[in-house]
Amino acid sequence: MIEQHLPVLVVIVPLIAAPLCVFLFNRTLVYLFALATCWATFGLSLFLLAKVLQTGPISYELGNWPAPYGIEYVADYLSTFVMSFVTGIAAVVLTYAPRSLNEEVDPSRHYLVHPMYLLCLSGLLGICITGDLFNVFVFLEISSLSSYALISLGRSRRAPLAAFQYLVMGTIGATFLLIGIGLLYQLTGTLNMADMATQLGDDHGSRTMLVAFAFMTVGLCIKMAVFPLHTWLPNAYTYAPSIVTAFIAATATKVSVYAFIRIVYSIFTPQFAFDVHGLDVFLTAFALIGIFVASTAAIYQVNLKRLLAYSSIAQVGYMLLGISMNNQDGLTSGIVHMFNHAVIKGGLFLVVGCFALRLSSVRLEDLRGASRTMPWTSFAWVLGGLGLIGVPLTAGFVSKWLLLTAALDNASYLVAGLMLLSSLLAVVYVWRVVEILYFSEPSEAVKSSREAPWSMLVPTYLLIIGILVFGVWTSYSVGIASQAAQALLGGSP
Amino acid sequence: MDISSVLGLFNYWIVIVLMMTGFYIVIARGNLIKTVIGLNIFQISVFLLYITMGRMEAGTAPIIQKTAEVDQAYSNPLPSVLILTAIVVGVATTALALALIVRIREDYGSIEEDDILALDRES
Amino acid sequence: MNLTPSLLIGISLAFPLLVLLLIGLLGRSPNLRDGVTLILSSVLFYFVCCLADHVFQGGRPEWLLGTLLPGFSIAFQVEPLGMVFALVASGLWIVTTVYGIGYMRSHNEQHQTRFFACFAVAIFAALAAAFSANLFTLFVAYELMTISTYPLVTHHGTEKAKRGGRTYLGILLFTSIAFFMMAIGWTWSITHTLDFQPGGILQDSLESGNVQPWQLALLLALFAFGIGKAALMPFHRWLPAAMVAPTPVSALLHAVAVVKVGVFTILKVAIYVFGIDLISETHIGDWLAYLAGATILLASLVAMTKDNLKARLAYSTVSQLAYITLGAALATPASVMGGGMHIVTHAVGKITLFFCAGAIYVATHKTDISDMRGLGRAMPLTMGAFFIASISIIGLPPGGGVWSKWFLALGTVETHHWFLLAALMISSLLNIAYLIPIPIRAFMKPTTGEPLKFKEAPLMCVVPLCCTAVGTVVLFFLANQLYEVLLPITKVTQ
Repeated sequence: MIEQHLPVLVVIVPLIAAPLCVFLFNRTLVYLFALATCWATFGLSLFLLAKVLQTGPISYELGNWPAPYGIEYVADYLSTFVMSFVTGIAAVVLTYAPRSLNEEVDPSRHYLVHPMYLLCLSGLLGICITGDLFNVFVFLEISSLSSYALISLGRSRRAPLAAFQYLVMGTIGATFLLIGIGLLYQLTGTLNMADMATQLGDDHGSRTMLVAFAFMTVGLCIKMAVFPLHTWLPNAYTYAPSIVTAFIAATATKVSVYAFIRIVYSIFTPQFAFDVHGLDVFLTAFALIGIFVASTAAIYQVNLKRLLAYSSIAQVGYMLLGISMNNQDGLTSGIVHMFNHAVIKGGLFLVVGCFALRLSSVRLEDLRGASRTMPWTSFAWVLGGLGLIGVPLTAGFVSKWLLLTAALDNASYLVAGLMLLSSLLAVVYVWRVVEILYFSEPSEAVKSSREAPWSMLVPTYLLIIGILVFGVWTSYSVGIASQAAQALLGGSP
Repeated sequence: MDISSVLGLFNYWIVIVLMMTGFYIVIARGNLIKTVIGLNIFQISVFLLYITMGRMEAGTAPIIQKTAEVDQAYSNPLPSVLILTAIVVGVATTALALALIVRIREDYGSIEEDDILALDRES
Repeated sequence: MNLTPSLLIGISLAFPLLVLLLIGLLGRSPNLRDGVTLILSSVLFYFVCCLADHVFQGGRPEWLLGTLLPGFSIAFQVEPLGMVFALVASGLWIVTTVYGIGYMRSHNEQHQTRFFACFAVAIFAALAAAFSANLFTLFVAYELMTISTYPLVTHHGTEKAKRGGRTYLGILLFTSIAFFMMAIGWTWSITHTLDFQPGGILQDSLESGNVQPWQLALLLALFAFGIGKAALMPFHRWLPAAMVAPTPVSALLHAVAVVKVGVFTILKVAIYVFGIDLISETHIGDWLAYLAGATILLASLVAMTKDNLKARLAYSTVSQLAYITLGAALATPASVMGGGMHIVTHAVGKITLFFCAGAIYVATHKTDISDMRGLGRAMPLTMGAFFIASISIIGLPPGGGVWSKWFLALGTVETHHWFLLAALMISSLLNIAYLIPIPIRAFMKPTTGEPLKFKEAPLMCVVPLCCTAVGTVVLFFLANQLYEVLLPITKVTQ
C-alpha cells in the first residue's frame, strides 16, 4: 500500500513536515523532527531507487487522474538517482547542523531554518520526480524561495543583499522558464513531458519551439550558474550560513542541471537542440570559458567560501561539457559528475563550516597554520581537495576520466586537452589553501582554537570518505548513470 | 504582415512591451524597491501571455450546457488556472523581496544599491 | 609455504598497507613501530623473492583486483622488468628503513610516524606500478606515488620545504594530468585496450591505418613528457627541488622508487604499448633519443656546478635517468636491456651516494662539498663506500654500472647514432669529473687548521651504506643472471 505511493511520499513527507516544524516551539524538538524527516526521506528515496532498479521506471498518477490530463510523477533511473543523493546530502548536512547553526544564525531564527530547509528539499525532489512541466516551475520556485530565505539568515549584513540579488536573478530565470513552458503549451496543448515530446515529434522547424527552447535554456542556465550568468552565486554562497551553503551548493545547481538534461533529452530531443540548432557548440564554448574564468577567479580569492563558490561555477562547466557531447559516454560522465561533485562540494563546505565554527572566519589569512590545532579538519580539506582536483582513487577522477575518454572517442581533442589543462587550475587553488593550512605560522585565532566537535567532524568525514569510496566503488554511480543515459538516449546507445 | 494581423496580435504586443519594460527596470534601476516593481511588471507580462493563449474568439466558458450547439467553441481554462498558481508564486516572491529590503534598510540605512555597495567597500 | 603466485602478488601489495596500519596504531611507541616496520619489510622482501622465483622461471602470474570503471580495471600481471623493479624497491626498502631509523633518531626529527607511514604508501605505489597489468593501473599507482611523497618532501614544514614541495607537486601533477592522462586516453580511443602486451598494442592500429606515424610520434611525446618522474628535460626541475626532503627520502624515493617508477613506466610504454619493433621501424623515437642525450650531457654539466652535495647528486640522477629513457627511445634489444639493467645498477649505486650524503650530514652537519676536505680520515667507511658507488655510477669495473652502460652503448652503435655514443662517452668523463673529486678530496687533502673532531655516523646509518656499496660490486658479478632474467623483455613476442 505504502510502497505503491512511494513516488509521491518522497516529496510529500518533507513538504508536510515543513509547516509542522513551525508549530513545535522547542528548538531541540524542531531539530530532531526535521532530522528524522530528512533521514526518512533519504530512506524512502533509496527504497524508491531500489524499486526502480528492480522493476524499471515507475509512473505514478497524482490523485488517480490519467496521465496527459492529470499530473504524472515519473520515477526513472535518472530522477531516483538524483533524488537519492540530494536526500542523502540533505540528511548528512542536517546531522551536522546544530553546532554550526548556533554559531552562525541568530537563535531566535532557528525555528525558521528547519522548515525552510525541508521546503527547499521538497522543492528539489519535486523537480526531479515530476513528469509535468508546469510542476517543474512550481517546485523550482518552492525550492528557490526557501533558499533565498535561508541565504538571508547569514549573520553578515551582506547576507540579505546577496539573497536579494539571487532572488532577482532567480526570479528572472524562473520566469523565463515559465515563458518557455507557456509557448510549449501553446504549441502542443499539453504539459506532460512525455506527451509533449510525442506531440513535438520530429518537427524541428517551428519558430515557437525554438523561442520556447531558448527561453528555457537561458532560464535554467541562470539557475545552473553557467558562465556568464553566474553572478548571483559567489555572494549567495559566501554570506549564507555554512550549512545552507553546503546544502545548496551540493544540491540546487545539480537539480537545475538535471532539469536541463530532462528538457534537452526528454522533450526537445538532442537532434533538435544539438544537430539542428547547434547548442552543443555554444554550451561547450561557454562551459570551457566558464571553467577557465571561474577557476582563475578562484585562485585569487581570499575567502574560502568564495573560493569554493567559484570552483562550483567551474565544475558546472564539466557537467555541461559531458551533456553537450550528445552521446552516451558523454551524458554518463555529466550525470556521474553531478553526483561526484555533489559529494565533494558538500564535504568541502562542511569542512569550511568547521573552520567557521572554531575560527569565526573563513578568510584565508585567519586559517594560517590551522593544521596545528585542527588536524582532522585540515586533513579533510586535503582529501576533499584531492577529490576536486581529480586525483586517482577519488570520485573526481572517475568523472574526469569518463569525460576524457568520452571526449577522445568523440574526436574532440581540443575539448579533452583544455579540460585537462583547466583541472590544473584546481590544483593551484586547492593547494594554495593546503599550504596555508600546513606551512604557515599559526594566526592568533588558530592558536586559541581547538579541533571541531565530533558532532560535526563525523558527518564531514562521512562525505569525505564518500569521495574515496565512490572513487573506487563505481558500480553504483557509473552503473546507474549509464543506465540513465541509455534510457535518455532512447534505449540504444 | 498587414495591419489587421498586427492589430490582431495586440495582446502579444502588450506582452512584449511590458516584458521589456519590466526587464529594463530590473537591470537599470539601482533602487531596490524599483527593482521589485520591475520584476513584478516582468512577471505580469507573462501572466498576460498565458491568459491570452487560453482565450479564443467566439469561445465561451468551458461549461457544457444542454442547449449548446454541437460545434460551440470553448476557451481553454487551464492557462488561467496555471497562472493563478504563478500569481501566488509571484506574490510570495514579492513578499520575500520586500522583507529582504526591510532588513537591508535596517542594516545599511539605504535601499539604493550604489550606496549599499559603497558602504560595503568602506567596511 | 605453498602459496599460489597470484596470491603472492596480493600479499606483496597488502604488506606495505599492513605496515601503514601498524605504524598508525603503534605511533606512540617508536621502538615497537620501527621494529615492526623492519620485520615486515623483510618478510615482504621474502615474498617478493618467492614471486620472483616463479616469474624468472617463465611464469606470468595475474591478479585482477577489480574493475574501477567499465573497461578499466585494476589488474596486475608480473613480467620480468616489473619483477626486477619490485625486487629493487622492496629490497632497498629494508636497507632504507634501517638507515631511516638511524637518521631520523639522531636528528630528533618531528613527525616520524607520518614519515614512515608515507614511506609505506610510497612503497605500495611502487610495487603496484611494478606489477601493473595495464596503463590504467599504472597511472593510478603513479599518481598515488606523487601524492604520498609530497608530505615527505615537505617534511620539515619550512618555507623552503613549502617552495620545494610546490615545484615537486606542480610539475609532477601538471605533466601527469596534462600529458600522461591525455596520452592514456588517446591510446584507449585508438586501440580500446590498455593492457600491456608483448609486442605492443599499437601495431595493428598502425597497419590498419587507424593512426598515422606522426600521430604516434605525438603520442610518444605525450608519454615522454607526461611521465614527469623520468625527469626528462625540460621537466626535471622537481627532482632538485625535492632535495629539501630528509636524506632517507632522497635516497629511497628520489634515487630509487619515484624516479624509477618514471623510467620504468617509460620502458613499459616503449616495450608493451608501442613495441620496440614499432618504434625502431617508424623511427618515432629518434627525437626522444636525442633529447635524452642532451639531458644526459646538460644535467651532468649542471651537476658539476653544484657545491651542495645533494643537489649535485640530484642532477646526476637526472642525467642517469635519461640513460634509461635513451634505452627506451632507441628501442633495440640491447638498449632496452641496458635500460632495464640500469634501473638496478643505478638504484643501488645512487642510494649509496645519498646514504653517504646523509651520513655526512648526520655526523658533521655539512652539506657543501667544499667543506668536506679531509673528512675521509674521520669517516673512512662512508667515504670508501662513496668511492665504490661512484665507480659504479661512472661505469667502471668492478661497479655494476659498467654493464648497463655497455648495453646502452651497444644500442647506439647498432642504430648508428654516433652522436649519442659520443654523448655517452663524454657523460662518463663528466661523471668522473663531478663524482671522483669528492672522495679524493676527502681522503687526500689534509685539513687546514684545527684537527677533525668528527667521527663516523651512527651504526644504523653506516651499515646500510656499506651494504649497498658492496651491492654495487656484487651486481658486477651478477650481471649474467640479471641479463638472463631480463632477456624476455627484449623479445618481441612471447
